[in-house]
Amino acid sequence: MDELLSVADLETRFRTPEGEVAAVAGVSFAIDPGESLGVVGESGSGKSQVFLSIMGLLAKNGRCSGQVRFRGEDILGLPAARLNALRGSRMSMIFQDPMTSLNPYLTVSRQLTEVVVEHLGLSRDQARARALEALERVGLPDPAARIDLYPHAFSGGMRQRVMIAMAILCQPELLIADEPTTALDVTIQAQILDLMRVLKRESNTATVIITHDLGVVAGLCDQVMVMYAGRLVETGSVREIFYQPRHPYTRGLLRAMPRLDDIQDGLLDTIPGQPPNLQALPPGCAYQERCPQVYPRCRSERPELRILGPRRGVACHLELGP
Amino acid sequence: MSDILLAVRDLKVHFPVRSAGWRGAHCHLKALDGVSFDVRAGESLGVVGESGCGKSTLARALLQLIPPTAGQVLWLGEDIAGLGDRAMRPRRRGLQIVFQDPLASLDPRMTVGDIIGEPLRVFQPELKPDQIRHRVETLMGTVGLLPHMINRYPHEFSGGQCQRIGIARAIVLQPKLVVCDEPVSALDVSIQAQIINLLMALQRQMGLALIFISHDLSIVRHLSHRVMVLYLGRVMELGHRDGLYRNPLHPYTRALLSAVPIPDPDLERARQRVTLTGDLPSPLAPPTGCVFRTRCPMADRRCEEHTPLLEPAGPGRQVACHHWRRNADT
Repeated sequence: MDELLSVADLETRFRTPEGEVAAVAGVSFAIDPGESLGVVGESGSGKSQVFLSIMGLLAKNGRCSGQVRFRGEDILGLPAARLNALRGSRMSMIFQDPMTSLNPYLTVSRQLTEVVVEHLGLSRDQARARALEALERVGLPDPAARIDLYPHAFSGGMRQRVMIAMAILCQPELLIADEPTTALDVTIQAQILDLMRVLKRESNTATVIITHDLGVVAGLCDQVMVMYAGRLVETGSVREIFYQPRHPYTRGLLRAMPRLDDIQDGLLDTIPGQPPNLQALPPGCAYQERCPQVYPRCRSERPELRILGPRRGVACHLELGP
Repeated sequence: MSDILLAVRDLKVHFPVRSAGWRGAHCHLKALDGVSFDVRAGESLGVVGESGCGKSTLARALLQLIPPTAGQVLWLGEDIAGLGDRAMRPRRRGLQIVFQDPLASLDPRMTVGDIIGEPLRVFQPELKPDQIRHRVETLMGTVGLLPHMINRYPHEFSGGQCQRIGIARAIVLQPKLVVCDEPVSALDVSIQAQIINLLMALQRQMGLALIFISHDLSIVRHLSHRVMVLYLGRVMELGHRDGLYRNPLHPYTRALLSAVPIPDPDLERARQRVTLTGDLPSPLAPPTGCVFRTRCPMADRRCEEHTPLLEPAGPGRQVACHHWRRNADT
């Protein structure tokens, strides 16, 4: 049991007035200790829902099935009381919007110490010292003066540092960051990404970065999963995904992004059309309407994720021939 | 390409605000503090900067949606700064805007046909309803919408499609200049590229000039002929795209460019970065001297005491920094 987290055949469904929607379907993957995994996809691809399901944080109308093992222990669907022993201590999550994920009524010190008092049973003073240390580690300027302030007194970048400090307080084995820099300006994003690189180097925390920004993944991740319409379409090492992409969607994404170091002018390569409606997925491959190379079987038979190597897979009929 | 459509001179927009606390003192938030630039026919000017730098205020002040506090906005040689709605109306034919949030900028109770056709009804009352309908359908085809969707409402469209509607509305009167305020920021990567291509194609077909405001430096690089960098309401650097991206002279431009991640693992991991420390200062209490000096790696006493003026730095290039020569290629 080397794997830190292993997920098999995860499926997440939401009940809506228009019927049930499968936001995540047939997702399987594993994360090793200390590994950094990037999860890429557009809005609605299910990339966040996978990890909300794992953390037991689904909305009320959501239900999930499959198997999620954390250090060999089955954790999917555990009651909140049992999950709370893990959440915040052995696995933590950082969200996109640091303002709405901090409690505006509580001082930062209160929010930070709560975690360690709860999980590690430290005294108030010890907890405070630990919180200060964490704030220092994430590079919050002048932590001693700021620890007793309320979240509104912090800028977006500082709030995200506070969130990261809170997430690493108990030295978790798994840190899940959902679009951690999307709401931030580029110069602040660069600071936070630097911080995450340092944390990764200094501890053996495995990290998951959920993002739509391939640039963030390129700089930070070892492994990458690409999701489309709730399913994995390609997995591989970061170099495999960027230099030998095999799914037409991955290739399309890489080409559609204008790059800073781009010397090409003229029109961008685009992915035509728009993401499919999850409630009315066509039979066969969900990407068929936008794909530049469609075989007849793409319209009738859904491509399974073919395993090409230990951490390499692609869900496409293309290489198999018509 | 040398005919100047829009000339902005020392434009200032100050908002009166009260400082924190009960009976806080009155003060001014200087959202734009002395911005000057030109836009020529058919060119695209990219405007970049972080939140709070005054990008969106600039868009609105150019169209007189926010009255400028001081300075001139010369549209086709005529100063339109401070003109009211009524006086602006005929001038809006040539000067249009596309907003960031594609759905919120469309009236939910109007059909797409009404939204796109409204400018025609206002400015060309002689057109008959079926002529308007024909023009709208043709234009919907041009921007990549299916003409048979003309009777649908905005909520029935996706974000990318709503942005196409917003663009169609902006170009229906064949304007000379369209100000695009973060037009693709709310869209997914694959849809962004579609909208960027649409704007570039329209520019070529119609000879449109664009002011393209964005925080995304990669997109601005792709789409602009010239680029202007704003920081706390002031112009830091202005120049032709290739020169500015290849050899940024202002330390802020350098830092911005170095902060953008490149989607290439080997390149990205080998890059040397200039990481800025700290946050943007409060625009209510901007630093003395150079506004960037609190985060600048090159700042010294002079930057604290003297505000650097925007000065020429090569052909078509302007920069506001005491130390830009140290960044220039020799």
